[in-house]
Amino acid sequence: MLAYLDHAATSPPRPEAAEAMIPWLTDLFGNPSGSHGVARRARRAVEDARGSLAEILGADPGEVVFTGGGTESDLLAVRGVIEARRRSGRPPGVVVTSAIEHAALRAAAAGAGVPVREVPAGRDGLVDLEALAEALDPEVSVVSVMLVNNEVGTIQPLAAAADLVHRRAPDAVLHTDAVQALEWLDLASAAGCADLVSVSAHKWGGPQGVGALVVRDGVALAAVVAGGGQERERRGGTHNVAGIVGAAAAARAADSGRAVASVAVGARRDRLVAGLLASVPGASATVPTGTAIAPGFAHLCIEGVESEALLVLLDDAGVCASAGSACASGALHASHVLLAMGVPERQALGSLRLTLGPGTTDAEVDLALGAVPAAVTQLLRGSPDGPVPISTGSAPGAR
Amino acid sequence: MRVLVAMSGGVDSSVAALSALEAGHEVVGATMKLWAGPSSSGCCSVADVEDARAVADQLGVVHHVFNFTADFEARVVEPYVADHAAGATPNPCVECNRHLKFDRFWRRADQLGFDAIATGHHARVLPPGAPGNPGGSWALARGVDRAKDQSYVLHMLGQVELPRVLLPVGEMTKAEVRSRAADIGLRTAAKPDSQDVCFVSGPGGRAGFLRERIGLRPGTVVDARGRQVGRVDAVELVTLGQRRGLGNPGGLLPAGERRYAVAVDRSRGVVTVGGADELLCSQVALDGLSWVGAPPTAGERLWVQCSAHGTPMAGRWEPDPSPPGHPPAAGRVVWERPSRRVAPGQSVVAYRGELVVGGGTARSEPSGALPQG
Repeated sequence: MLAYLDHAATSPPRPEAAEAMIPWLTDLFGNPSGSHGVARRARRAVEDARGSLAEILGADPGEVVFTGGGTESDLLAVRGVIEARRRSGRPPGVVVTSAIEHAALRAAAAGAGVPVREVPAGRDGLVDLEALAEALDPEVSVVSVMLVNNEVGTIQPLAAAADLVHRRAPDAVLHTDAVQALEWLDLASAAGCADLVSVSAHKWGGPQGVGALVVRDGVALAAVVAGGGQERERRGGTHNVAGIVGAAAAARAADSGRAVASVAVGARRDRLVAGLLASVPGASATVPTGTAIAPGFAHLCIEGVESEALLVLLDDAGVCASAGSACASGALHASHVLLAMGVPERQALGSLRLTLGPGTTDAEVDLALGAVPAAVTQLLRGSPDGPVPISTGSAPGAR
Repeated sequence: MRVLVAMSGGVDSSVAALSALEAGHEVVGATMKLWAGPSSSGCCSVADVEDARAVADQLGVVHHVFNFTADFEARVVEPYVADHAAGATPNPCVECNRHLKFDRFWRRADQLGFDAIATGHHARVLPPGAPGNPGGSWALARGVDRAKDQSYVLHMLGQVELPRVLLPVGEMTKAEVRSRAADIGLRTAAKPDSQDVCFVSGPGGRAGFLRERIGLRPGTVVDARGRQVGRVDAVELVTLGQRRGLGNPGGLLPAGERRYAVAVDRSRGVVTVGGADELLCSQVALDGLSWVGAPPTAGERLWVQCSAHGTPMAGRWEPDPSPPGHPPAAGRVVWERPSRRVAPGQSVVAYRGELVVGGGTARSEPSGALPQG
């Protein structure tokens, strides 16, 4: 048996999505930019999908730009605004982000060629609003504060951030990386205060490699991927028709099931966290209770254990988990999110993220409740007949 | 046995994993991410991790990545830099084996319930009583392919480690390793051997790397009488016995005769050059000793190797006095014939025939090292 508790990395495809995609992977293969009947059918499918997604996101269809995923959406948001300013002769300004953004946003900001001000987060995993206020001034062109943190699951005070931006940086565009949010939050209201909203389909049971950026009317945005002028010249490249169709089908399913799923998933998550805190030596909840956290997220720090080793043993036991985020080589680092929150590095190195989805079963939770304490106990015990470390210094005779 | 194979993404460790599988072991692969900085080659790039992962996939074994960059920095890179600053010539591959591959990685394997680790080193582990190892303890022997032998950089392994280490490619020649990899179509079959120190393989080389860390100072090159005969860009990069890159100390010695660095004074920034005979000395003093099995007896004749592929030379072991019941912490090898002085910081490894006896680090003050001739 397998317990797939890594929904924040990618979620299992919803059957509605897979089913909706199949025709567009087989008979209905048109390029939506063409001028004949086969192309028209594909275009209609893309526009229908755009309409569905726009409604769920609380946007007009013309405000939804399809992209190749969350990372590209973040890049388009930050670079697109700055580039548009440059082209219209305005100063590119300054980017303000929180210190707990996803690597996609951090990289987009760092490479934008403008100063970046990073706003710290508190021990509760929430962006520090006082510090945000201090970082804002009329020079600021882009503010980016995520909606649901991808590691600890905290729901950021976006509306309050938007108020600050409007008052203190009236020239700035507010972007939110809502990649982890659609499954759990009604984005029409939760992200309604943002000018730009990044989403990614594989986080809500849609296919990988499809995302969108909501660009509110009136926001000047230059294409980052230019080319054939698709997406109203905001994102070039032939549409991923099947992916876009699947993304919309999954979004409709997520949207209609959200209220029920949130309650059920939240209850399973609570049972999982309470059970692990009671059974795992050295475990503590990373975010204090009472903080607003998306229902699918459980995050613990386990002192004296290295996540890397823990994940290997959990993998052996059939539990798919994560330490937070992984780099391309698959190696783990102490999470910048946890360090920004002020979690001591000793604890941050023992981080464990278990993320649930609407399909997560009680049996999966039970498997994790058995496997995690067993793995931690093994790691803490070490093997009594295990090797003695070779000398740790070059002092004479240190062996 | 459950065996964790350290897979660097190179051909040797790929074939080590293959051999461990063929021997009937339950195999899992793991790649250590060691160096966090820029590297054009070596064992730590994303491309190498992908190679290791692809080989593991092809062999049908699970593969993990372990991030040991902090340990590598603290145990290998920082001492490497400090040694250079202090005028020594360190051997970072030895320290990486000592602290990373056969300590950090090994403890991780033990923690995860593995019985042994395997690596792609060209050397052999011989159990007690095995052919070539008549003694009652575990032995470390040179690899079958003498040109690729890596027993020198594994000299720190002892009786605790060896029973739980597999070195499958030590039984093969490099050509056999490559042909076995090619036979089953491993993508690493024709991958070039790694060269040099993995973390200084960038375009700036060793000089560029050290310049960023410690800054490098120019120095003067003088002859035995103190006359300046040349200059060097970086006195920190001059190794005792070095011949190249010392300028052209014209007129010092008859044309055609080679000149070597015979003394390096980092603090004053002075390199003294002289003829080859001025490098000769009667002994080398060692500390940081470790022994594969029982230490050699005082006066025992050993074959001693002072660089990774150097020629072994005969010498007698003279341990420093040590408290009863404690193996000596330091000692010296007295050469049978005057021998080139060993740069401080270099590993000095003793053999009995094919078997590693143990080794240590050449001391910075080779006490009693009287120049010959």
